[in-house]
Amino acid sequence: MSSVAALPVSSTSISGASAVRIRISRDDIALRSGLLLLITLLVVAVVFPLYTLLSKSFEDMDGEFVGLQNFREYFETPALFTSITNSLGVAISVAIIVLVLAFVYAYALTRTKMPLRGLFRGIALIPILAPSLLAAISLIYWFGNQGVLKSWLFGASIYGPIGVIMASCFWVFPHALMILITALSTADARLYEAAEALRTPKWRVFWTVTLPGAKYGILSTGFIVFTLVITDFGVPKVIGGRFNVLATDVYKQVVGQQNFEMGAVVSLVLLLPAVVAFIADRWVQRKQVALLSARAVPFQPKADPLRDWLLFAFCSIIAFIFIAMLAMAAYASFVTFWPYNLSLSLKNYDFDVMDGGGWEAYYNSIRLAIYCAVFGSGLIFLGSYLVEKARGVTWLRTILHLGAMLPLAVPGLVLGIAYIFFFNHPDNPFGFLYGTMGILVICTIVHFYTVSHLTCITALKQLDPEFEAVALSLKTPVWRTFRKVTLPVCLPALLDVASYLFLNAMTTVSAVVFLYSPETMLASVAVLNMDDAGDIAPAAAMALMIVYTSACFRIMHALLSRYLKRRTQVWRNQ
Amino acid sequence: MGRIFVRPSLLTMPESKQAYLQIENLTKYFGEFVAVRELSLQINDGEFICFLGPSGCGKTTLLRAIAGLDPQSSGSIIQDGKNISNLPPSERDFGIVFQSYALFPNLTVFQNVAYGLENQRLPKEEIRKRVVELLELVGMPEHTDKYPAQLSGGEQQRVALSRALATSPGLLLLDEPLSALDARVRAALRQEIRALHERLGVTTILVTHDQEEALSMADRIVVMNHGSIEQVGTPEEIYGTPASPFVADFIGVMNFMQGEITSSGTVRIGENSINCETTNLQVGRKVRLTVRPEDILCSADSASDQAESVNSFAVKVDSLEFLGSFCRLILSGPEGFGKLKADISTHQVHELKVTQDSRLTAEFPSRNLRIFPESS
Repeated sequence: MSSVAALPVSSTSISGASAVRIRISRDDIALRSGLLLLITLLVVAVVFPLYTLLSKSFEDMDGEFVGLQNFREYFETPALFTSITNSLGVAISVAIIVLVLAFVYAYALTRTKMPLRGLFRGIALIPILAPSLLAAISLIYWFGNQGVLKSWLFGASIYGPIGVIMASCFWVFPHALMILITALSTADARLYEAAEALRTPKWRVFWTVTLPGAKYGILSTGFIVFTLVITDFGVPKVIGGRFNVLATDVYKQVVGQQNFEMGAVVSLVLLLPAVVAFIADRWVQRKQVALLSARAVPFQPKADPLRDWLLFAFCSIIAFIFIAMLAMAAYASFVTFWPYNLSLSLKNYDFDVMDGGGWEAYYNSIRLAIYCAVFGSGLIFLGSYLVEKARGVTWLRTILHLGAMLPLAVPGLVLGIAYIFFFNHPDNPFGFLYGTMGILVICTIVHFYTVSHLTCITALKQLDPEFEAVALSLKTPVWRTFRKVTLPVCLPALLDVASYLFLNAMTTVSAVVFLYSPETMLASVAVLNMDDAGDIAPAAAMALMIVYTSACFRIMHALLSRYLKRRTQVWRNQ
Repeated sequence: MGRIFVRPSLLTMPESKQAYLQIENLTKYFGEFVAVRELSLQINDGEFICFLGPSGCGKTTLLRAIAGLDPQSSGSIIQDGKNISNLPPSERDFGIVFQSYALFPNLTVFQNVAYGLENQRLPKEEIRKRVVELLELVGMPEHTDKYPAQLSGGEQQRVALSRALATSPGLLLLDEPLSALDARVRAALRQEIRALHERLGVTTILVTHDQEEALSMADRIVVMNHGSIEQVGTPEEIYGTPASPFVADFIGVMNFMQGEITSSGTVRIGENSINCETTNLQVGRKVRLTVRPEDILCSADSASDQAESVNSFAVKVDSLEFLGSFCRLILSGPEGFGKLKADISTHQVHELKVTQDSRLTAEFPSRNLRIFPESS
């Protein structure tokens, strides 16, 4: 019975000598071609434009290489140099203010039994539906030269750092809030029970358990708010007055003075803090993963009347301010002629008689948003699928993943300028895209690529990694498993991505402001231009149109998600 | 860990001894790390083989190389006379079942099992018949329209099993299929998988770190450690005549004692001599002497008064561990024996009135002792 079947390891065996190369199947060829195609797309749409921008900054107006000449000139111009300190000052102030306010707000939403938490959450997310310009416009109506509450500023002007900081706080608040809510939601109840069992006072629990647990979320929020503010261009443009920041400098150099070389230099200066914040944030995120790997018991907050009502008061004030901001813009958009004729009319919505693109701009924006949602989500999902599931070519997958991470470090403004230089170059075979809807779609998808990519990756990672192995053993082509399993299971995430792209395409200004043409004028750009021309009320009206549209879209998305969830909950929630 | 129940494999040894799968000099690197080293193995047609070893021993790596999922760095694999070393998984002939079940969550039980069949462009009616047949085979004919999340772990694994068998593969690969299940379900499924194998006769490889699973299910066990094979053999051979101290220690419970060969057939441990088979090892060689807990025979202390019987020593009971049908005694023996584990029936415990600090006589029957030379 003792069968010794283990063959002796023979040194003469030839088969062991050569490395094994598995024959590539048809599926592998398809997946690898897909990887190469997407890498090529990202190289053309991100790397080449950025390279062109970089080289432009070392050239003079005739395209001759001049080394660091432009940079020297830049740093010797006091007016331009001041913008750096202005930008940093504003970004850091906003980061600190928003961090404190959003943390308390998020704490109230996640860690207390405060009433109306759902409503407060909804109100705080409103600014996401609007372009950043809306806050600035609204502030002008509240505190501007003809503002209702101008006296409250005691003679200080809203046109300057005060206005920029206030408006920025408004529009970045929901971004900060969402990260902090996530950070505070992942609490481990066992830590709190242990602390309580040891009779720890509440303030000490807060300092030793709550804060350290949310530490990475807080750091991450700080970096993101800082980046959003320093690269934002709409708010300082509308309410900055003579207060110059980097973002407005870029716009002035390129659009105003047609000094493309200096524009490139300022863009690179702007890129620097954004890249630093990006790298710091990535580093923090990596730490975060290790923190959450333990199996935690979800935390259930208990009622504490004093604390809950104090926080209720706090949240009410913030929510009231948010509603006031939106309501003022809405009210002003219906006022016939501020402040002399306060009767309500739709006169300001008659965009076609005004400069700024008319209703066509609004329809263009919707078109752009739909294209981005449809093509963007498809492309990005495909890309993340390839990154996760292509077999055997780790280096190609890594390249695509890094390529997908790159856009997060590039401010929209910088991307827009890079696109001008790259696509407007006479030798570029893609030059035909310049001035079309196509370039706006590409630019917007690229601008918001990273967050969408990460959402898809997260969804795909939740699938059992052995699905593909099983499908292979059943001799099923990869596309069939993609269509029958991967796609249906990831559909909710895909809808989220489409919604994210739609909303951002509706509200974005920073990249597209350099790329639109008279035929492809957009609603958000129209807001900017009408404000520039002094038509503040129509600008408010157009901004409100964006809010209404975004809100409708959000509701549709919520209904569709709920419908899908109900349809699929049979296999999801049992 | 209770007593090991060895499956009577004599009844089920395959009659045909044709090689179905031949692995030659297979090596797999992960970077610098050698997961499998120069491994050769032959698996016969219709055999039920277990790859058994601690985690990280290379057993799963070997399985995935056979499937083509993580191809080997070098070496060849021949299946049914055909060299499959360079084939992608989709062109190999196997069905696979994972610990995580890997059932498609959005498809019903029926759709999951039919998944591979639909690809063969069979008529709908034929697919339906085959799926029903397969689900009956694994004992769940009534669950066709449920989704995986509505089933228990054991049920899900049955569905995964019938999905893997649907396309009638020549080789069935089971990657720790029972490890995620609770003990009762695991024991039941063990028997069912075994019965299924008897019925279908498909050559099967099961990867496991659970020795009971391997002993009770396999025709032959491949014990692996550090990417190499330690021993290949039937469950009885692996348990009864382990080829190395690693196997002796890894399978079941084993007592180890340090000793030295004093003459052919005698090993000295401390001050005492023990008679046992010393094969052809030289006198003076340092060895490790092994004995299973159930092979130590305990009797009342008074027995030692009688003429010093061979291999019998006075021991003291340090502690007792009640394990249901039997008791495990921790004994201190004479100098050099260290702490010994001995299993005696609960019945015998009462008979001998064993309590803590009892004194007993322990006999080490020569036929149950094995020695391993110390690696010098």
